[in-house]
Amino acid sequence: MTMDLNSIWFWLVGVLIIGYAILDGFDFGVGILSLFAKNEEERRIHMNAIGPVWDGNEVWLLTGGGALFAAFPVVYATVFSGFYLALMLLLVTLIARAVSFEFRSKVESSSWRRIWDWAFGLGSLLPALLFGVAIGNILHGVPVDTGGNYLGSFLGLLNPFSIGVGLLSVVLFTMHGAIYLASKTDGALQSRAVDWASKLWILFVLLYVVMTLWSWLGSPFLFAGSMKNPFFFIFLILLVGTIVYLPIVIKSGKFGRAFFTSSLLITSMLGQMALSLFPRLVPSSIDLAYSLTIYNASSSSLTLQTMLIIALVGVPIVIAYSAFIHYVFRGKVEITKESY
Amino acid sequence: MDALLLARLQFAMTIGFHFLFPPISIGLGWLLVMMEWYGWKKNDELYVRMGKFFAKLFALTFAVGVATGIVMEFQFGTNWATYSKFVGDIFGAPLAAEGVFAFFLESGFLGLYLFGRNKVSKPIHWFSSLMVAVGATISAFWIIVANSWQQTPAGYVIRNGRAELTSFYDAVFNPSTLIRYFHTVDAALITGAFFVAGIAAYLILKGKEIELAQKAMKLAVIFGLITSLLELMPFGHEHAKQVARTQPEKFAAIEGLYTSQPQAPMVLFAVPFTKPPELKAVVEIQGVLSWMAFGDVNAHIKGINEFPRENIPPLWLTFVSFHNMVVLGMFFIAITLYATYLLWKKNLFEKKWLLKLFTWSIPLPLAACQLGWMAAEVGRQPWIVYGLLRTADASSITVSAPEILFSIILFGCVYLLLGALYIYLLVREVKHGPEPANG
Repeated sequence: MTMDLNSIWFWLVGVLIIGYAILDGFDFGVGILSLFAKNEEERRIHMNAIGPVWDGNEVWLLTGGGALFAAFPVVYATVFSGFYLALMLLLVTLIARAVSFEFRSKVESSSWRRIWDWAFGLGSLLPALLFGVAIGNILHGVPVDTGGNYLGSFLGLLNPFSIGVGLLSVVLFTMHGAIYLASKTDGALQSRAVDWASKLWILFVLLYVVMTLWSWLGSPFLFAGSMKNPFFFIFLILLVGTIVYLPIVIKSGKFGRAFFTSSLLITSMLGQMALSLFPRLVPSSIDLAYSLTIYNASSSSLTLQTMLIIALVGVPIVIAYSAFIHYVFRGKVEITKESY
Repeated sequence: MDALLLARLQFAMTIGFHFLFPPISIGLGWLLVMMEWYGWKKNDELYVRMGKFFAKLFALTFAVGVATGIVMEFQFGTNWATYSKFVGDIFGAPLAAEGVFAFFLESGFLGLYLFGRNKVSKPIHWFSSLMVAVGATISAFWIIVANSWQQTPAGYVIRNGRAELTSFYDAVFNPSTLIRYFHTVDAALITGAFFVAGIAAYLILKGKEIELAQKAMKLAVIFGLITSLLELMPFGHEHAKQVARTQPEKFAAIEGLYTSQPQAPMVLFAVPFTKPPELKAVVEIQGVLSWMAFGDVNAHIKGINEFPRENIPPLWLTFVSFHNMVVLGMFFIAITLYATYLLWKKNLFEKKWLLKLFTWSIPLPLAACQLGWMAAEVGRQPWIVYGLLRTADASSITVSAPEILFSIILFGCVYLLLGALYIYLLVREVKHGPEPANG
């Protein structure tokens, strides 16, 4: 695999999506788990566990959208106009979550807070589901014609395979969020989070095996080329390793390490999917030859070069101060006057 | 209704609503930097409490701004797929750069600013407020870059059926970028000044936290005067000169110059009619427009009659929005100038009517922002990229009218609710007032 500019951008967009999945993934997980919180104090702990960082995490999505637009405008245009209604629903749920933090804390009435608890919970559950449904559709292939136009319907996106991947992503993010929550809490809530994480791990393994077999049968093109690539097996080893190690490290109570492990799990899983797609970005279910690839859907090489410079200058700075901010807010959640 | 019109309506609605919040964030962000600076350097508890109070209002505004901003990042792809494919090689880069250079900075440091007051040292806490303001201001830069490229495209070549980049520098610093950037950011600073002044005036009138409110008002009034004057001269003036040079149809439309002439007049007041285009009840000064645009009272300026009919922007809306923006700009100078004079005379805080007027003026800079944006965007019509691609040829071909109608209704309801809740919570928070000392 030669690394031309188009390939570099394929992987950079991949890194943004993986970064988003790891970071907003645990936000979604904590949000989903908040639906099961037992009382007001627990709900506030859920919210404040991600309060100072969730917004920065969501920026990975916005930057991913921008990068996709800049590097592969045809994919940006085709997928977003094609998945129109699904995307509009996603946007509304993200809006609901975004405002729920500020709005909820401003009024001390239990019915008011109830509404925003639901906005927070469902505003986390639905995006987690739709994230998986979107990936499921890409892995499955979407009806794209020779002109790069989407010919499917909204209901066509909700096919069984994609819904399966959607459920997989809900389970994965909830497990990831439970591990994060365990690291931010103590006492009864912490042991419940550990319990959640352990049970969700079983569900995750089952679903992952089912979905992998399903894609083997349904989308053989994913495996045709990638099996020859040594990286496929590196990701596979990493994936199996993290899956096996995860319940052990959760049980040992080292939640920081467990969080790192589940982040690595997400990385290897999405990395492997990306590798299977490469060099396609959107496989066409009408005819694989119509697929949008990193070559027929990309920007000019000057734009890709310019964007690479922007990324090389900007991203290290972003990572440096984001790490500092996460470091400042390390440790258990404290509810103070400034909290949500 | 056809899909194109619906797509345009949806864009107007979503950007119009979103654009209510960033100007407050940018302006208030810089005022917070000043408040926190005084709080830290002078070790003045009053400014610390002022910062905390306005930071809460900032957080609320920022949340709605972020929530509605997500939509914008995706809407080019969803509703304007043909446009996105045509300009993606150039237009995507500023949006990605905004994410990398601005959004991360703004949102990351806002968390630190709001929740880290007792977790980091005072200098780092002040620095985090600075990074929030800097992030918001950089964000505006990349958006203005993208939009200015639509107004005055540069640094590209038409190849492979699309606009392809030939010079990133020329595309970023196209002929209208810098002046439009200064004009827009200064408008945001004015918005922030009136936001703080209006709320401080309210607190003074209610006899709440008078000492704190008076200091906030003083800061905001002086800041408002400086920024309002700068908006007229040089930013407004230079921006008009740029439009006259680079987009003559737009210039003729906003100024209401329907026939070409030397010694073109500056129209101060008029009622515009469209069929045929003419102005009635006109108050104008001969030659001033020519002088303003080209530095010569005798300069010949092209009127609407000289342009092909299919390239003329809507005349009524551009004229009305532009002129009302100018009127509001004059009002901002007048009210802040008078208030500064009274501050110097030391009797501003006794003028109850003026304090009331300040409170009611909070939304006016937002109205001016909306009007200015309308003049800019409607004035660019019928082009989505001036001279290159028509709006009529730019929308998504795979998205149907019923789908767009559905999303308009959906977002219409959501935004109506968000707007109502924002105002309700803002008013509630203001009425509650700043937290008492050592509380």
